[in-house]
Amino acid sequence: MSVGIVMLVHDAVDRAEQVARHWAREGCPVVIHVDRRVDRETYDKLVSDLSDLADIRFSVRHRCEWGSWALVAATQTASELMLSAFPDVEHVYLASGSCLPLRPIQELRDYLARHPRTDFIESVTTDEVHWTIGGLDAERFTLRFPFSWKRQRFLFDRYVKFQRRIRFKRRIPADIVPHLGSQWWCLTRQTLSAILEGPERRRYDKYFSKVWIPDESYFQTLARQFSSNIESRSLTLSKFDFQGKPHIFYDDHLQLLRRSDCFVARKIWPNANKLYKAFLFDEPVSTSSTEPNPGKIDRIFAKAVERRTQGRPGLYMQSRFPREGFENGKTCASYSVFEGFSDLFEDFEGWLGKVTGARVHGHLYGPERVEFAGNQTLFSGALCDSADLRDYDPKGFLTSLIWNTRGERQCFQFGPRDNQEISWLMSTDTNAQISVISGAWAVPLFHSNLNFSEIRREAARLQRVESAHLDILNSQYTKARVRIWKMAEFIEAPMEPLQTIIDEIGVRSTRRLTEVPKMSDLTGFGQFLRNLKNQGMQPYLMGDFPVENEDPRRLKDRRRPYLVR
Amino acid sequence: MVRALRKRRELEIVQDNTNSIRKGDILLFVTMRNERIRLPFFISYYRALGINHFFFVDNDSDDGSLQSLLGQEDVSIWYSNASYKRARFGVDWLNYLQMRYAHQHWCLVVDVDEFFVYPFCDTRPIRALTDWLDASSIRSFGAMMLDMYPKGSLQDDPYSAGRDPFEIASWFDSGNYMISRNDRYGNLWIQGGPRARIFFADSPERAPALNKIPLVKWDRKYAFVSSTHMLLPRGLNQVYDEWGGEKISGCLLHAKFLNTFISKSEEELKRKQHFASGKEYQAYHDRLKESPEVWCKWSEKYINWRQLEILGLMSKGNWA
Repeated sequence: MSVGIVMLVHDAVDRAEQVARHWAREGCPVVIHVDRRVDRETYDKLVSDLSDLADIRFSVRHRCEWGSWALVAATQTASELMLSAFPDVEHVYLASGSCLPLRPIQELRDYLARHPRTDFIESVTTDEVHWTIGGLDAERFTLRFPFSWKRQRFLFDRYVKFQRRIRFKRRIPADIVPHLGSQWWCLTRQTLSAILEGPERRRYDKYFSKVWIPDESYFQTLARQFSSNIESRSLTLSKFDFQGKPHIFYDDHLQLLRRSDCFVARKIWPNANKLYKAFLFDEPVSTSSTEPNPGKIDRIFAKAVERRTQGRPGLYMQSRFPREGFENGKTCASYSVFEGFSDLFEDFEGWLGKVTGARVHGHLYGPERVEFAGNQTLFSGALCDSADLRDYDPKGFLTSLIWNTRGERQCFQFGPRDNQEISWLMSTDTNAQISVISGAWAVPLFHSNLNFSEIRREAARLQRVESAHLDILNSQYTKARVRIWKMAEFIEAPMEPLQTIIDEIGVRSTRRLTEVPKMSDLTGFGQFLRNLKNQGMQPYLMGDFPVENEDPRRLKDRRRPYLVR
Repeated sequence: MVRALRKRRELEIVQDNTNSIRKGDILLFVTMRNERIRLPFFISYYRALGINHFFFVDNDSDDGSLQSLLGQEDVSIWYSNASYKRARFGVDWLNYLQMRYAHQHWCLVVDVDEFFVYPFCDTRPIRALTDWLDASSIRSFGAMMLDMYPKGSLQDDPYSAGRDPFEIASWFDSGNYMISRNDRYGNLWIQGGPRARIFFADSPERAPALNKIPLVKWDRKYAFVSSTHMLLPRGLNQVYDEWGGEKISGCLLHAKFLNTFISKSEEELKRKQHFASGKEYQAYHDRLKESPEVWCKWSEKYINWRQLEILGLMSKGNWA
């Protein structure tokens, strides 16, 4: 009529004592196995401290190294003692010294009484597991492991490699199918005694004693041999991180553990006083639901592993500084880069802000200062408008800006006058939407009051810079959404491209654009380009312009008036 | 390390309670000079986190700092009147003491104005962290310095002994940090925050380093190279992940910008015992005289570690 607890104790002996006392007080016989590595004095103290309880036994001690056969041997001897010393025991529950029962023991007993012939042991074939560490799942059963993984990692790894190279394979006994699963199970007397008293046990033991981490496979495999009814899950809530190390529970997990409705949790931090007090000494809280429900805890731990392995995309910080190519997202959110638009249109920023509702900056990489939206000197995250500071780490400046403004679309102007250091970052960033009107940098030159020789020199420089930038945007490595128009081509029909870009930003509405940004006066621009050409500088990025001394805006208006509804 | 041994002669023991240190105790090491006003809160903050023993090196204080520590059972004190600068800003002294006393202990090395914050520090003592680091075979733990400042002038709300400095200096910069990799030692070099923004906007290369590795499972073979910014052997500096994941990390809240700062920078200017002959302090001094406000409208008000983790300044890694 009862459940017996086999308890494996390695450290935190005083906590183990409290837990054993709790089990025994609630009427469960307990067999304790104490790791041989615990010193004699501590062991004797534990034995004498628990001597007032009749139903506690201590089994022969083994020296338990992680991943070794000794853990199974310890479980076997303790289980044998349990079965022989307590003939009433129907289920045997394997627990550790750092396990903590979360629900009243009576509820566990009731639960097992409702499942009288059921073995609760997680047991899956090697094809179905994905949680094993070191990539060793099937190979656990076919290689030899004479070296300790914890103490002799180098030899361990080399020997595994060596065996792989010479294609060494142990033969798995023909009558078993290897299964893996959580070390913590609850088996019926029938199944457990069948495993322990089976005629083939010596043969199995001999085989498994050379398997790696047999405590996760011995009972899990043999239960499949003998059990009539396996529920392939553990009644112990035990979560592992990506290194195969159990997650630990602390005081602040109290509510989570309460709501999990699990019977037993592992592993508890020995100094989690609140947890021990709540679950061992306070009035037990009876739960309404009967089935364990660890969903929420699962999610929290899964998230922790994800944070450790994948991290937050677009975040660069003291403990996440990915190498190039391993960023898992170079920036954290989509943003738009406009090149040439503010040269061609008057107050383009104001217009764009109005139609999209996004945050529209000027030239963030301008040579004199960072032109934040609204002419601010500081911006989100306390980024500073100093060009020196920005140019000290130009890529970091952009990734920080995008990170700091999560939830708000950022747009900024860019051009050949600006710091070009971020070209590769932007073009290889899937979050970037880059729209270029090539050659539009000539418009401010055209309007400027400089001497023509200076204009020519500057035009040549800007063309060189922009051309190098366009090469990057056109390269095979580009992942950004890039659109490039030659200036001449763009002003032929500006509405269509603008509409496409705005739709893609998709912040405000999908209605047609009703207001057009005002294009600057281009009367004589064709002649200006021709003059440059005549002076020996070949402007080609803007495409072919007619040389009529007329504003090409009007020219085009006549030809194809663009419709505004 | 040889330096550390040579510099030990400059240290004179004042109060030795090191006999009370037990196996597994968590130790704290600090050098100071004229910090009496800060000591009461400092000690109570770290006692509450679960520090078992404090190692103080007093560099010739004349304000009674040393006297105020006498008689406390978890405090051992050394005194030196030698040059702070020539002991590489105290690093040599601490390296020696750690070599001697900290072998196989977790130890935290901070300044008196630095307050260690780590994931779950409001619900789990520092031993929960070090136990977890041990179980994960992690030997060193990074915590970036976060400069805290008040809203308004530094003089508005003067600090008094025992008070939580972050009641006054409760603001920080959340997202203007610049990071590069130091190939020689393998550590990250982080600059930024209010000090870069205000004092070094036109010479960012001179802005102070904010990367720190204050918590280390010490071994007598280890040594700090320059303050706690980097360590030897190099592997200890690998507190960041390079393959996209996040390692666990914390922050050192830096209570520098209080009213005490102005008189301190004047004193430091006279002593010229800091980096680059106190150029840093010169910059602070000049700038704070003309406009003493560090706060701006994008400043973030400190709430707790969870806020810092959401902002991406620190990370829980896979601790949950």
